[in-house]
Amino acid sequence: MFGFQLDSIPELDHEYYRMEDYQSNIPRWCPGCGDSAILTAVQKLCRDEQLPPEKTVFVSGIGCSSRFPHYMKTYGFHGLHGRAFPIAQGIRIRRPDLHIFVNTGDGDCFSIGTAHWIHAVRMNMRMVVMVHDNNLYGLTKLQSSPTTPEGFKTNTTPRGAYMRALNPLTVTLGITNVSFVAQVAEWMPSLLAQLIEKAYHHPGFAFIRILQRCPAFAPTHFDPMITNPDRMEMLVHENGMVLDDTMARIYKRQIEHDPSNIHRARELAEDREHVPIGLLYHNPQVRQYCELRRPKHVMTIDRLRENLEAEFDKFSVVPQAEKVA
Amino acid sequence: MSVNVTDSARETTGTGKHIVDVPEHIVEIVSDSGEGAQKAAQSFGAICAKMGNGIWTVEIIPAEIQPPPRSIAGASGNRIRIGSFSVTNAGDQADLVVAFNEQVLLGRVQSGNLKPGAIILLESMWRDHHDPEVVRLYTQTVAQLEEDGYQVKEIPMETECLKIVENPRKGKNMFVLGMLCSIYQRDLQLARDQIEFTFQKKSQKVIEANIQLLEAGYNWAEANLDVCFNVPSAHIDEPQIVVNGNIAIGLGVMASGMEVCAMYPITPATSASHYLSDVFENVGGVVHQAEDEIAACAFAIGASYAGKCAVTITSGPGKALKTELIGLAVMAEIPLVLVDVQRGGPSTGLPTKVEQGDLLSVIFGEPGDAPKIVMAPATIEDCFYSIITARKIAETFRMPVIVLSDANLATGQQLFPRPKFNEDWVAPPIDQSPVPEGKKPYDWDPVTGLSERFIPGRPNGMHTVTGLAHDQNSKVAYDNWINQAGCEARSRKLAAFQKTLKTPQVMGDPEGGDLLILGWGSTKGAIEEAVMRVRKDGLSVSSLHLKFLQPMASGIGDILRKFKQTICVEINYSDPKDDFFTADNRRYSNLAWLLRARYLVDVDSWSNVYGQPMKPGDIEQMIRERFATP
Repeated sequence: MFGFQLDSIPELDHEYYRMEDYQSNIPRWCPGCGDSAILTAVQKLCRDEQLPPEKTVFVSGIGCSSRFPHYMKTYGFHGLHGRAFPIAQGIRIRRPDLHIFVNTGDGDCFSIGTAHWIHAVRMNMRMVVMVHDNNLYGLTKLQSSPTTPEGFKTNTTPRGAYMRALNPLTVTLGITNVSFVAQVAEWMPSLLAQLIEKAYHHPGFAFIRILQRCPAFAPTHFDPMITNPDRMEMLVHENGMVLDDTMARIYKRQIEHDPSNIHRARELAEDREHVPIGLLYHNPQVRQYCELRRPKHVMTIDRLRENLEAEFDKFSVVPQAEKVA
Repeated sequence: MSVNVTDSARETTGTGKHIVDVPEHIVEIVSDSGEGAQKAAQSFGAICAKMGNGIWTVEIIPAEIQPPPRSIAGASGNRIRIGSFSVTNAGDQADLVVAFNEQVLLGRVQSGNLKPGAIILLESMWRDHHDPEVVRLYTQTVAQLEEDGYQVKEIPMETECLKIVENPRKGKNMFVLGMLCSIYQRDLQLARDQIEFTFQKKSQKVIEANIQLLEAGYNWAEANLDVCFNVPSAHIDEPQIVVNGNIAIGLGVMASGMEVCAMYPITPATSASHYLSDVFENVGGVVHQAEDEIAACAFAIGASYAGKCAVTITSGPGKALKTELIGLAVMAEIPLVLVDVQRGGPSTGLPTKVEQGDLLSVIFGEPGDAPKIVMAPATIEDCFYSIITARKIAETFRMPVIVLSDANLATGQQLFPRPKFNEDWVAPPIDQSPVPEGKKPYDWDPVTGLSERFIPGRPNGMHTVTGLAHDQNSKVAYDNWINQAGCEARSRKLAAFQKTLKTPQVMGDPEGGDLLILGWGSTKGAIEEAVMRVRKDGLSVSSLHLKFLQPMASGIGDILRKFKQTICVEINYSDPKDDFFTADNRRYSNLAWLLRARYLVDVDSWSNVYGQPMKPGDIEQMIRERFATP
């Protein structure tokens, strides 16, 4: 791994990390932005798991969601629009020691970054992926995104969005090697924390779509879901999401769903009447690209010398002694 | 043609044939795709190298994998230039061509690749073909070629090979190799060894059959051909390696200590990654084939950010897609080596053919000011060492380094002294020590703009890199001075690097003269050969070849001003000089634009986009015409 071995690093004096140890700049999201709830849930996870800040990297693309790394006191990579996944994969390929998180949005992930989303799922490299899905483009001031509902008015669809919205869950669940798919809303902080924690412990690509309110451009957009909890379909299981008494009282529509059942997960994802919340699919056995590509050798000077000399020999010609013409 | 061959005929002891001494010869072998002409030619090149000749081989590649057989555009094969000196380019027109059918041969004739009166060894099976149209085309072509003065020798290759193998389509190439060994008096044992090496993964039976074919070709030529040439040894006695430019790049990636190569398939760059895929894991490296060009670049930048500099290898269209990410690497100051094996453009252009058309776009392609280093290897040896240098510069200066190779280097093979592994080539292990208090992630030195980068894992170094304008703490810029300061710091790095560059040396008259030819990249050998030829006739012509195109070394302006005329010879488009194009609208070649802008010198362009390597003879002719019509 880049010429140094993990076991050669001395144990640092253990220090207890508090929430504040993960807090950086004051977020510049709008007041009431759903992103703040995600930020708090993540900082809580870091504290609970005691992640060393220097060993933690938040990678993002472009958009409101993608300002996320700036607000974490860890390493961060605020990349380009749509390109968070391949950057995160590049970070991961030789750094199994790092904790990698990706924060992206519905435009970033499902539109400009679509190709990377599909291939990142298939490659199944270990990282926690949070898609902040507010159903619109916010940073560029209200345009339609792939998940904007049909008929919703934006600046590029002033007479309402023309097409049915993309369903990211069915797409993700249809990709070969998918290993972890969850959906939750940021206004359910306990469930959000629970699913992010599950994602963190998943040995692979853990995909969470987080429904997220945008108070600036669509303040009432998610109200029907908030005021009518029966729109939500809680997927509960001992291996998935569990509801405490309070949540169970609010969200009465509950379905027992075993997250190892991908066929049932796909059916639930297809449901157009209800919004599934919980862990749709989880399979920790799917092979990770990093495992498949883990080098059998550590690059050392001696190994380089031995192999390069052999390569030079392979291509060598040694001119024969000149013949007397 | 300028190589004035002073033929001296001698008599051999064995066969009584006349041996003609020549300082060099250019041989082409062309066939339909899949008939093995390339294997025969590469083997022949290797044998010549072992016998002490300088060589340059270059592939003749159709655009499709299996173009229609017997088609003019389908010619597949190789050109081998062998010399009694160190050969630096593919040369001018061929002296001897072996063709498996007359149509692929016509392709070479029509594109002007044969010397007048060249010897043609042509498969004669078509004369007795069952299709009368094939017979007509064949006989007509042979008659025309003879009328045009070519020495056509019809050879029953198929018939002779059938005596040994059932399917001469696989095997005829070794018969051809045998003939060439007779014509150029190559040591047959070297040829046998070469076959054993080439087919080492095949069965003993295959090897034996190929050796029989080789010997059959040799014996047939000894008995039936009256041509025999001697290209004396180049007095090379140090061990040499023979690789193409793409393999040299692959070797350079390994030698530099880089551990990650991220790529997406694109002609003519991909074979570098093929080679690396085969061997990189042995040293602990990984080749990642990404889902697209953009992802490949992003992956390399991610890997680089998290450790040592990584490389991404592509060609022009791929480079265009990576442009936004190159800007990110500039802005976030993440080292990156990007190899662009240039091909014909614009758009999909000429995927298998050479061009040097990406120079301006790699320097200026990004939005805003994106200073980066651009260098171009001039030889195959240079491809190897350039990658090692590029990795070092990228890490030292925290910026992308673009290495501009091209299709000519990618598929050409040339001898160069066998390198010996040197520890200094290799990147040091990554630093994971705690960052001292008070140090910032972009502690821009006020003079050089340089700063130390903090790799994830280093305690106290936590920060978020960003493509947004940012201050020294990597915080997003909200004050208007910050972007100005950041741009200046990044530009200072380029200026600091520029101060390390040595003024390139003029070949010819450093004190000045009538004409200076300027070039960059793979055209070096052809330009210098042309200049040497005209200098022999007393013309006051010199040449200057640039390795670093951005930034450029000091002293170049002074050199330009010492010459009455300066002209860039490049393989990219420029407008011809005629009445329609005026000083107000004429567009120059890539390097000429750069030199005119920086040095305020009236640098002219002579360039073309035929998709062919520059021929020294064409450059020579251009120079002579300039002197004839002042």
